[in-house]
Amino acid sequence: MGDARFEPKIIGFLCNWCAYAGADLAGTSRIQYPPNLRVIRVMCSGRVDPSFILKAFAEGADGVFVGGCHPGQCHYVAGNESAERRIKTLYRLLEDLGIEKERLLLKWISAAEGQLFAETIREFTEKIKKLGPSPLKVALEEVKP
Amino acid sequence: MAGKKKSKEEPRIGVYICDCGVNIAGIVNNPELTRYASKLKGVVLAKEYKFMCAEPGQRMIKDDIKEHNLTRVVVAACSPNMHEETFRNACKEGGLNPYLFEIANIREHCSWVHMREKARATEKAKDLVRMAVAKARLLEPQDKIRVKVKDRALVIGGGIAGIQAALDLADQGFKVILVERSPSIGGKMAQIDKTFPTMDCSSCILTPKMVQVERHPNIELLTYAEVKEVDGYIGNFKVKIEKRPRYVTPDCTACDLCTQACPIEVPSEFNLGLGARKAIYVPFPQAVPLIYTIDDESCIGCGMCKNVCEPEAIDYDMETEIIERDVGTIIVATGYKIFDAERKEEYGYGRLSNVVNALEFERLSSASGPTGGKVVRPSDGKTPLRLGFVQCVGSRDEKVGNLYCSRVCCMYAIKNARIYKEKHPEADVYIFYMDIRAFGKGYEEFYKTAQEEYGIHFIRGRPSEVLENEDKNIIVKVEDTLLGQALEIELDLLVLSVGMEPPRGAEEIQNLLRISRGSDGFYLEAHPKLRAVDTLTEGVYLAGTCQGPKDIPDSVTQGSAAASKAAIPMSKGEVEIEPLTAVVDRGECIGCRICERVCMFNAISIVDRKAHLNEALCTGCGVCAAACPTSAIQIRHFKDTQIFAMIEAALKED
Ligand SMILES: Cc1cc2nc3c(=O)[nH]c(=O)nc-3n(C[C@H](O)[C@H](O)[C@H](O)COP(=O)(O)OP(=O)(O)OC[C@H]3O[C@@H](n4cnc5c(N)ncnc54)[C@H](O)[C@@H]3O)c2cc1C
Ligand code: FES
Repeated sequence: MGDARFEPKIIGFLCNWCAYAGADLAGTSRIQYPPNLRVIRVMCSGRVDPSFILKAFAEGADGVFVGGCHPGQCHYVAGNESAERRIKTLYRLLEDLGIEKERLLLKWISAAEGQLFAETIREFTEKIKKLGPSPLKVALEEVKP
Repeated sequence: MAGKKKSKEEPRIGVYICDCGVNIAGIVNNPELTRYASKLKGVVLAKEYKFMCAEPGQRMIKDDIKEHNLTRVVVAACSPNMHEETFRNACKEGGLNPYLFEIANIREHCSWVHMREKARATEKAKDLVRMAVAKARLLEPQDKIRVKVKDRALVIGGGIAGIQAALDLADQGFKVILVERSPSIGGKMAQIDKTFPTMDCSSCILTPKMVQVERHPNIELLTYAEVKEVDGYIGNFKVKIEKRPRYVTPDCTACDLCTQACPIEVPSEFNLGLGARKAIYVPFPQAVPLIYTIDDESCIGCGMCKNVCEPEAIDYDMETEIIERDVGTIIVATGYKIFDAERKEEYGYGRLSNVVNALEFERLSSASGPTGGKVVRPSDGKTPLRLGFVQCVGSRDEKVGNLYCSRVCCMYAIKNARIYKEKHPEADVYIFYMDIRAFGKGYEEFYKTAQEEYGIHFIRGRPSEVLENEDKNIIVKVEDTLLGQALEIELDLLVLSVGMEPPRGAEEIQNLLRISRGSDGFYLEAHPKLRAVDTLTEGVYLAGTCQGPKDIPDSVTQGSAAASKAAIPMSKGEVEIEPLTAVVDRGECIGCRICERVCMFNAISIVDRKAHLNEALCTGCGVCAAACPTSAIQIRHFKDTQIFAMIEAALKED
């Protein structure tokens, strides 16, 4: 681990109303962050099926980020609460699969928090860099012909 | 891919890469990106253009759809929040279903945030385009849902912004429900003495508008009331309003005998505690509605008011009323609260008796105020002849967490300094400022006159300390940063020019309406320039200082702007809303009822042992789809297969 040139691939599921808009604001404010994130827009963090996250890891993601609205501010009342419940249970499953739970991050970011969005991605990218490539990806590559 | 069934027809995708001037093309290598896009699976053409959102860009899409038989369109440009609608319309005009379109956000999410890493930004842009193309291949046509819009609006907050919005809508023939939390409408403008820069008497220009509200046949005014619940969506909001009991019926003739009889005195909120009111009261003589209120926290129930009330308007049994209304649109105009100056301990507010805040000064200066317009020192009732104003109290101040400028304090301090000099030409008046911001129409001229003709001392510097001597005089220690001189100035009265903060209860309204607030705590508009009174919740608009500090002219303008925005869907009578609801595949459904349980909108019921969706109630949040164990529920335009395709594309080349 600790290969300085390792550039992780991170998949981000962002809710349209808060986290995605926060990412837009980081852009409009020209706040820089590392280019490792690939965003998939969903209407609410509650739409994020655990299978999306597992699929991302299975396809070789080194980290998955789920961004939603702050508690009480979900555009659909409480979709973020169900996202949180699901992700909490998913951590156990990830560990069983040998994926460190630090590789899955859930965070609330409002439409006004461009700065927070950029900082979050910066820190998360750094953390994944330190962890190195996802063990699942490494294992899958080994079995490939 | 072998073994996978081929869909009936291979999609024909057109990809358009926008330069956005240099905003994208200055960072991302767009010619390379275009070449790359042209080779992706399903792509029949890829083009680069300088401004895709401009007319020629849109025309290119329309023409290509026809000429090249495109069945999907992908635009790599700015955020979908900017131009998704623009390009969907272009597709529609070109004869393609608008939902067969996808954006790759390579500006906000790429070029603007990776400005120093051009090569990696280009690689990322390729990934984003590949992901959008992968989703586009699987897109399905959708039809917008049309819903009726009730021609009635709710306005929350009866300050000048809410009043203006309510009147404009009512004049256009819409019904308006105006909900105000306090016993009277008017807001802060009713408390202000005169208004800059014209020096009109504030209540003289406000009162006629308040009366118009009361008389307007289209306005239902609910004061002493708050919105407690909001359900539904644009066109069909259901609101529950809680109206507190005033214990006085509309039979009240405002004869004032009751207040004379009432033995209980408490500090008057309207006069910020500088005067007293009775337990039965009107906040100010021009209040609308002019109906007295018994404040049940201070009333001792002695019955004196009831004894003297000739029209028998007093009713101790009055109860809280819950009022339900259906409305099509909502305007939020809940205003601001002044910064609590006690948080700036060094200025001595709350500790030193001759330090007051600016709104208190307005009340002291107002002819209808507790002193009849005679400004006096709280400590001894003497007329101050040495008066100072400290600017930016609670504004532009990192220590208290308010980075913003409150936009009115420079002007109201100059205004009050001028008014004071007019009344007491012999007085010495100081303004301690960081810089003077006189940006409005006629404001700079107003400031110049104050400097040149009024002899007001403008001292550039933030006071470091404020002390009191044995005569209760105030000593201000300040460095004049223009002269580089440390000064100690003795004053009779010091006024703190307090800034604006979001009002109490801002969070409750935010949660009820699912709107956002900025880092300054004020409500967030949908776009800082182009959608300044809209929110991201369709059908909900903002007016006045609840959106950020502003003066009266700007609050009134925004009130009118919000009203005309709200009038658009109401006069059309119908809006199109996103058709992105859930859909149930009955064949896959095993009737486990999980979706029914997790749905927060009661949109799913079980019919014949299968999930059944009520589309009108479904908001498309996707919680059911994420919970369904057999993937029998899907969200239109955000199907599992579409998202899986994006995940695969993000992590693998074609
Ligand atoms: C000391 C001082 C002097 C000023 N002098 C001037 C001047 O000379 N010229 C000028 O142009 N501007 C001046 N201003 C600015 C002026 O006060 C504001 O621009 C104006 O009052 C804003 O109006 P508004 O309707 O947005 O808010 P507000 O006046 O605050 O009205 C908001 C209303 O909404 C109600 N409300 C709040 N929350 C709720 C809720 N949850 N439910 C129902 N109702 C609610 C409140 O009770 C209030 O009635 C001054 C400000 C200060 C502090
Ligand atoms: S809409 Fe943001 S979490 Fe639900």
